[in-house]
Amino acid sequence: MSALTLTMKTRLDQRVDMSPLVCQKLEGLSMAEIAAIELQNGKRKIRVDSLFGIKGSDTQNLVIQGSFSKLDFIGKQLDGGTITVNGDVGAYLAQEMKSGTIKVQGNAGLYAACEMKNGYLEITGNSGDFLAAALPGNKQGMKGGVVLVKGNVGERAGDHMRRGTILIEGNAGDYCGSRMVAGTIAVMGQTGRYLGYAMRRGTLLLWNQPQLSATFNDCGSHTLAFLPILFASFKSLGSRFAEESEAFNRVQRYAGDMSEVGRGEVLVRI
Amino acid sequence: MIINGVTIDATFAEAFGMKATRVIITAQNEKWAMISAQAMTGFATSVIACGCEAGIERTLLPSETPDGRPGVSVLIFAMGGKGLAKQLETRAGQCVLTSPTSALFAGIDEGVQIPLGKNLRYFGDGFQVSKKIAGKRYWRIPVMDGEFLTEETTGRVEAVGGGNFLVLAKSQPQALAACEAAIEEMLKIPNVIMPFPGGVVRSGSKVGSKYAALGASSNDAFCPTLKGMTKTELPADCESVMEIVIDGLTKEDIDKAMRVGIQAVCDLGTENGIQRISAGNYGGKLGPFHFHLQEIMA
Repeated sequence: MSALTLTMKTRLDQRVDMSPLVCQKLEGLSMAEIAAIELQNGKRKIRVDSLFGIKGSDTQNLVIQGSFSKLDFIGKQLDGGTITVNGDVGAYLAQEMKSGTIKVQGNAGLYAACEMKNGYLEITGNSGDFLAAALPGNKQGMKGGVVLVKGNVGERAGDHMRRGTILIEGNAGDYCGSRMVAGTIAVMGQTGRYLGYAMRRGTLLLWNQPQLSATFNDCGSHTLAFLPILFASFKSLGSRFAEESEAFNRVQRYAGDMSEVGRGEVLVRI
Repeated sequence: MIINGVTIDATFAEAFGMKATRVIITAQNEKWAMISAQAMTGFATSVIACGCEAGIERTLLPSETPDGRPGVSVLIFAMGGKGLAKQLETRAGQCVLTSPTSALFAGIDEGVQIPLGKNLRYFGDGFQVSKKIAGKRYWRIPVMDGEFLTEETTGRVEAVGGGNFLVLAKSQPQALAACEAAIEEMLKIPNVIMPFPGGVVRSGSKVGSKYAALGASSNDAFCPTLKGMTKTELPADCESVMEIVIDGLTKEDIDKAMRVGIQAVCDLGTENGIQRISAGNYGGKLGPFHFHLQEIMA
């Protein structure tokens, strides 16, 4: 069975809600039924077959070709299966994803992986603000799984993050790890201002010395035993995080944010 | 059955179902991993009074351990799940947590999950850090030498305890030399431990005693100094009997260990004073696992 492949026919002016097109909702549907699914497009609805050319039949392996930045909610609440996207995606990619794999060969918009529960999300390009964050008004962001971004991420990455791992090969914007409850964010590139602002617990693992707020206290240099295990868990990823030369276990440890409960940590490679 | 002049008795060892787990202790070097493991498996020869039976299974190369440091794998056996959990936690807390540079990991993933660092974490007094990596939860507990890293739980599995065989020899040095040779070979078998000191027990017991308060007492039928006073099992020229007790994760593991151990003893043969191999049982009525010596050596 070949992958169910949706190829973009036209680029619409209005945004498209792609949330009906997740593997678990497509399971068991005929091609005609999939073609007839209606997607919200601005204030109107549009059939799948008027937006996409449809090929293949494996609904558990969905491919979206020619995607662009107005396709929102791709992989929302995905619960098993694989979604591969060629092109950029809009906002709310992998929102509340439960399990499975999403790979995007392009850039992602705002709130990618927001409130994600489990599974694996890979973005080869850049990701917008509020990566893996909580939706406005909610208190818990990402709760599990792994997010890998090969490019840069915007501001507030991991805002209110509760659990899970975010791996960023590029740079992170301001307020990275803000209001973090727990979890791990690793950034190979540079980080912006107000790193870990009001973080309660959790780990920010950095390759470069950040500009730290006065509310982070230096705890000294240490060899930490959990780091080799953490890096070993990245071995299967097609990423720089999997490279042995990038792994380390010697870090400078900063504790904070002392204006909050202060049980979080910023670990900087030394 | 006679092997190299050594008689293999037509009898069997009787063993019991137990609960077991394996943990992996790592440290800065093998020396300190071994020290920690020896502490953890100390006073754990018999469930009769120690609460558990524990032993070092083998040393581990850095490539075999979760954190890439030298390590030692330890097997712990107890009669019940609650007893095992209590012993594991107590020993982990007093012997591994306290040991310099140590870290502690599960050695068995499957089975019922029992606490490893789940409660030890409270030693961190609120400064402990949880990390969930690849589906497993670890605890980083701040200690004075840095951080104690431990996995939250380890797997508890069904196991077998009490496999054994007896070595009858013409002299005490010869009995001990034979047992040492057996232990050297048995230590190469995975999934088993020989929990007594050096793997050898010289005070095999029988069920019951003339003293009402005691459930077990010296196995007089195999005590060489009592040959003229009791219904002895020993030949007239036997001066010493020693026993090797084996706990294993499965019956097959114990079979393998007994086979290589008995073979090592038999290889020494009558010229080294070895007379017979026998085994301890309770008539076959108490333990569900029977290890027939002649079948194992067939």
